[in-house]
Amino acid sequence: MPAPTITLEVLRYRPGQDQAPVFQAYRVPYRDDWVVLDALNYIKDEMDGTVSYRWSCRMGVCGSCGMMINGVPKLSCAAFLRDYYPATVRVEPLAHFPIERDLVIVLDDFMQKLSAVKPWIIRKDERPVAEREYRQTPAELDRYKQFSMCINCLLCYAACPVYELEPRFVGPAAIALAARYNMDSRDEGRQQRQEIVAGPDGVWDCTLVGECTTVCPTDVDPAGAIQQGKLSSAVDWVKSVMLPWGKR
Amino acid sequence: MVERVEHDILIIGGGGAGLRAAIAAAETNPQLDIAILSKVYPMRSHTVSAEGGAAAVIKPNDSLDAHIEDTISGSDWLADQDVVEAFVREAPHEMIRMEHWGCPWSREADGSVAVRPFGGMKTERTWFAADKTGFHMLHTLFQTSLKYASIKRYDEWFATKLLVENGRCQGVAAIEIRTGRVQLVAARAVILCTGGAGRIFPFTTNGAICTGDGMALAYRAGAPLKDMEFVQYHPTGLPLTGILITEAARSEGGILINKDGYRYLQDYGLGPPDPWPRLRAMEMGPRDKLSQAFVHEMRKGRTIKGPYGDIVYLDVRHLGEKKIDQKIPFVRELALHYAGVDPVRELIPVRPVVHYMMGGVHTDVHGATPVPGLFAAGEVACVSINGANRLGSNSLPELLVFGARAGRAAAAFATEHRTIDRPALIAQILDEEYRVSRDFLRKEGGTERIATLRDEMTRTMEAGCGIYRDEASLRVTYERLAALRERFSRLSLDDRTLSFNTELTGALELDFMLDVAHAVAQSALARIESRGSHQRTDYPKRDDERFLKHSLAYRTDGPPRIEYLDVVITRWPPAERSYGR
Repeated sequence: MPAPTITLEVLRYRPGQDQAPVFQAYRVPYRDDWVVLDALNYIKDEMDGTVSYRWSCRMGVCGSCGMMINGVPKLSCAAFLRDYYPATVRVEPLAHFPIERDLVIVLDDFMQKLSAVKPWIIRKDERPVAEREYRQTPAELDRYKQFSMCINCLLCYAACPVYELEPRFVGPAAIALAARYNMDSRDEGRQQRQEIVAGPDGVWDCTLVGECTTVCPTDVDPAGAIQQGKLSSAVDWVKSVMLPWGKR
Repeated sequence: MVERVEHDILIIGGGGAGLRAAIAAAETNPQLDIAILSKVYPMRSHTVSAEGGAAAVIKPNDSLDAHIEDTISGSDWLADQDVVEAFVREAPHEMIRMEHWGCPWSREADGSVAVRPFGGMKTERTWFAADKTGFHMLHTLFQTSLKYASIKRYDEWFATKLLVENGRCQGVAAIEIRTGRVQLVAARAVILCTGGAGRIFPFTTNGAICTGDGMALAYRAGAPLKDMEFVQYHPTGLPLTGILITEAARSEGGILINKDGYRYLQDYGLGPPDPWPRLRAMEMGPRDKLSQAFVHEMRKGRTIKGPYGDIVYLDVRHLGEKKIDQKIPFVRELALHYAGVDPVRELIPVRPVVHYMMGGVHTDVHGATPVPGLFAAGEVACVSINGANRLGSNSLPELLVFGARAGRAAAAFATEHRTIDRPALIAQILDEEYRVSRDFLRKEGGTERIATLRDEMTRTMEAGCGIYRDEASLRVTYERLAALRERFSRLSLDDRTLSFNTELTGALELDFMLDVAHAVAQSALARIESRGSHQRTDYPKRDDERFLKHSLAYRTDGPPRIEYLDVVITRWPPAERSYGR
């Protein structure tokens, strides 16, 4: 029996060379312990050195290798060929982002949004090192821990139908990151982040499809973060109407 | 056209050390113009993969001297003791700053940071964020760096050459990967924070980006590479992928067993097995000893034959599902995904895997290399706290302490040295642009593929430069590397385009790796003793008379030239390393 193979259809686009993206098919050896990334590396090493894609850790934590695999956003290091074999696997760059080249997307927009939500501890007074660590109980840690697990892989943006229609939407990962700091007992910066999170391109754009949470490889639950953002900004609004003279 | 870009400080590499250096420089002097240039976005850097934790003395039952002594004995006395003292003293400050910046450390019930035991440490002092400590530290540092307006970034720029002019490092030639253009980034001080070089071996925990770029850049600029023969094998990697199963799995109580279910470490100076758990004993011994024990077990036929080489088993079943999910959830996830076993109910197959380079660019305690204006910190550097064997959980505090020190030292240097020899730098850039074009993009007639040469390089490194070496194996490796260097000149690329040409960056990485591999092999050949991770079967004893010294490899047109430098001994004279008792 001949050694088993599997076919990958890889989206190719080389700026300045290709008018429009095209698919190129590669037949590679099939191994049941290989992931899609292994197959791409095989193509790159043995068949066609011109295919470009990002990858590094190959263990689901660096967030580099997100791609559309048969139309679903996935980390290619965590998508096993055995889940597709013997059918053809279609590999495309993450949806909703401009294509830089082949499977490489342009993520400038996300990087700008990441900074915009001020993802750092904000305090009126910084604590001196001599006073040692802040006390934070396991229960306080648990309040935000889940939202701190985001690896910035952008699968959630590729899954988000709102981001597709409204690229100004701050989006799932950045909002989850704002929630991560807002809910940290060491932080006092929520009001500063609200300008973005509750602003015109913030949580209210979300129509609660929940696809972001479905595709998240680290169970961050951005949809939950967005819901909490809506709730707390609604509370802010009620307070501002009911107690216009008071401090929120 | 060469654009006019210049900074006070340019940091190459945006992982833990690079980000910490940038923040330190920005805090030292807010007027300084700082830039981080990296071939990947900062959050992709390999710090992200560190799992188990970061050591720093914080609890009342611990002491600075205890951490110093563990580190020195762990290093097999090859660490510089003044540097270790500075490291241990500053590590708690750095870790507290990480806490203030929001790192989600695991906690005790009273809200103080929790610590766990780690291999080779006589006290529990390893801070952790479950088992994704490096991930959380990296993201905390990156996000914190965003609040400093003076820190700019060149994301996805690939450094090809350090520009030394008038006796000073004044910047770098780099390819903007998006456009493929070779550009000048001039600076008054440069800090290398590019991480390790695990990819010179075939089986490694290291990500694809760990190709020794900074080591080779410095080596070519005239800085020596120190102690390159010391390569750490981590005892527990998953077969096939080399994915790391953290030492924390053992510090939480996991045990290593051979094919007979026997805790074999007791046969190699790490026992007795009971009472258990005990610090500095059995599975809580140092990585070099554990990896060496595996080789002996394999030779005795007591390991298990797997499809991807021999393995032993890591058993954490007795910890129970709750503790596994709370303390080492990533171990469970990785084992399930990549080995198809659930550690709650099954044994995890593991084997030693290349993990860390103790050696690196020679620096002083401030991170300064012998090339004026060039600094280095983190795994790329050898400031020398790790000696012949690094203890687990010392690398994360190392990148904080020495990243910060290098940032401050570079800030001082950049303030004192203001001139930039721009015309000369531009001339160098034009030469570099020509080299990249001539050797890669426009080269005709090449026949060799990157993958072929890379695979041969990694195979020969494992065969000759592995856990055990001898003169014959090292000579063969050295000769093969020399042949590969020659074949590299006949490399041929499929991809001749400019935009995001990852075949070109792959070729440049291989070029760097060949230099680093050469330095490893030659340093290993010259050190005719056994110490820590460097085990010569033809010279099985440690030889303090001749080799209580760092090796320094200098690049020449021929084989690397090896010189030696005395180890700094202060209060801890060399003694026998003992564990288990």
